[in-house]
Amino acid sequence: METIDLTKSSLRDLNELLQRQSEIANQKQWEIINPKGAHAVAVGLNASLELSVKGSTGYYCAGMNQKANIKVYGSAGPGVCENMMSGCVTIEGDASQYAGATGQGGLLVIKGNAASRCGISMKGIDIVVHGNIGHMSAFMGQSGNLVVLGDTGDALGDSIYEARLFVRGNVKSLGADCVEKEMRSEHLNILQDLLNRSNANADAKEFKRYGSARKLYNFDIDNAGNY
Amino acid sequence: MCGIVGLFLKDKSLETALGEMLTQMLITMSDRGPDSAGIAIYKNPTNSFTKITVQSSQPQIDFKNIKTELDNFSNQKLEIITIDTHAIITIETKYLNNIKEILTTSFHNIRIMSIGDSIEIYKEVGLPETVANRFDISKMSGSHGIGHTRMATESAVTTMGAHPFSTGNDQCLVHNGSLSNHNSLRRKLLKEGIKCETDNDTEVAAAYLTYKMNDGYNLGDALKAGITELDGFYTFLVGTKSGFGVLRDPIACKPAVLAETEQYVAFGSEYRALVNLPNIDIAKVWEPEPATVYFWEH
Repeated sequence: METIDLTKSSLRDLNELLQRQSEIANQKQWEIINPKGAHAVAVGLNASLELSVKGSTGYYCAGMNQKANIKVYGSAGPGVCENMMSGCVTIEGDASQYAGATGQGGLLVIKGNAASRCGISMKGIDIVVHGNIGHMSAFMGQSGNLVVLGDTGDALGDSIYEARLFVRGNVKSLGADCVEKEMRSEHLNILQDLLNRSNANADAKEFKRYGSARKLYNFDIDNAGNY
Repeated sequence: MCGIVGLFLKDKSLETALGEMLTQMLITMSDRGPDSAGIAIYKNPTNSFTKITVQSSQPQIDFKNIKTELDNFSNQKLEIITIDTHAIITIETKYLNNIKEILTTSFHNIRIMSIGDSIEIYKEVGLPETVANRFDISKMSGSHGIGHTRMATESAVTTMGAHPFSTGNDQCLVHNGSLSNHNSLRRKLLKEGIKCETDNDTEVAAAYLTYKMNDGYNLGDALKAGITELDGFYTFLVGTKSGFGVLRDPIACKPAVLAETEQYVAFGSEYRALVNLPNIDIAKVWEPEPATVYFWEH
């Protein structure tokens, strides 16, 4: 295990060092201490590293992650795990707005609450939030799964494409073109697998599924009022 | 983008460190707002005396002349403490209206920053660290204070465009965001007898809250009314003589973090503004909900 203290090492040096680690490098275990809310901690990683961040982070932590398994022992600021490609990111505390935005793959687990716009424009990422999420989450979500054990804010899944939304608690309101859908066995399997992988103590049968009514895909003059 | 910080102390033993803590928080927010900075600090409230904070671009001349003129008026020695471009004039409250009249009619080069029993406002153009050092903010004590680092969007980079804005006694407001209906609201407030001094959008929000509080609303209810009448993006931090309040617009794209311990409530645009506060590791830290009013009072 190599420990990097962000009060002694610069953020640029840290990210360069982590990005230089290749699949053949020996050092897989990393620990970052004293992040003190710094921006862009551990961005652009592209090897299967095991990384712990001991404290809360600022904007854009773990952005563009590929392959790495990153755990933040604290809360994360806006844009955590933006555009993740693969790997796994776990936030032990809360996440601020647009967590997992535009993510294309991998798993983001938020043990606390996520604020507004969680999973906005998600493109294949799986996001599991153990607490609640804020308004406009999964806006224009294209693919992937957003799982919420708690409640959601307003306008869940507004203008959604093919992302799947699973919610156990209350949905404050659904966005345009987002509807409740039948939970079939294939959905239960996907959901239970995500719950298990994110250490969520929950049964897939307790959830409801939401997704696109597919009425806003193409412009239709009759839908003008919905835009 | 702008940066906001605030500290409301529950534990009186921290009061002597208020300026030091706020200064550190303010400097941390420099890259959110490098063009100007300001601090409102609430300290030493007095019953029969009122403090007027004034600013001048030629302080040596103006503040001396103010002292001469006001000494003649009241036959009493007034206390004027000069701090860089600002001065704190302490007067007997019964003379407030007369002295305001003298200041506004005879001294066209000075600007009134705040009036109140306990509020003092210091703001200038420049990097937050430079501004804080000019006024020696770190040596100040007080019960609560709010600070702002500005990246201007809605009006020019001037001393008067810097935050906090004070439009009522012991009230002030700082803002991250931009309001879109400030011109129409400014005209509406003028009809109600509330005049804004600048073209700045934030001053209109401050004046709106003053208008509501003059109408009998408490801070919390005034902020609630603002949710329907103020259009645009905002995270506000508002100070009054007894406390401070937070409000974010319903879209809530401007960041905000609150932290609370038994000793204090702290606000920062980002968590990194709060990291050096005592016991922050065990504080309750959370992001305020959109369109929800939070306020604390002594």
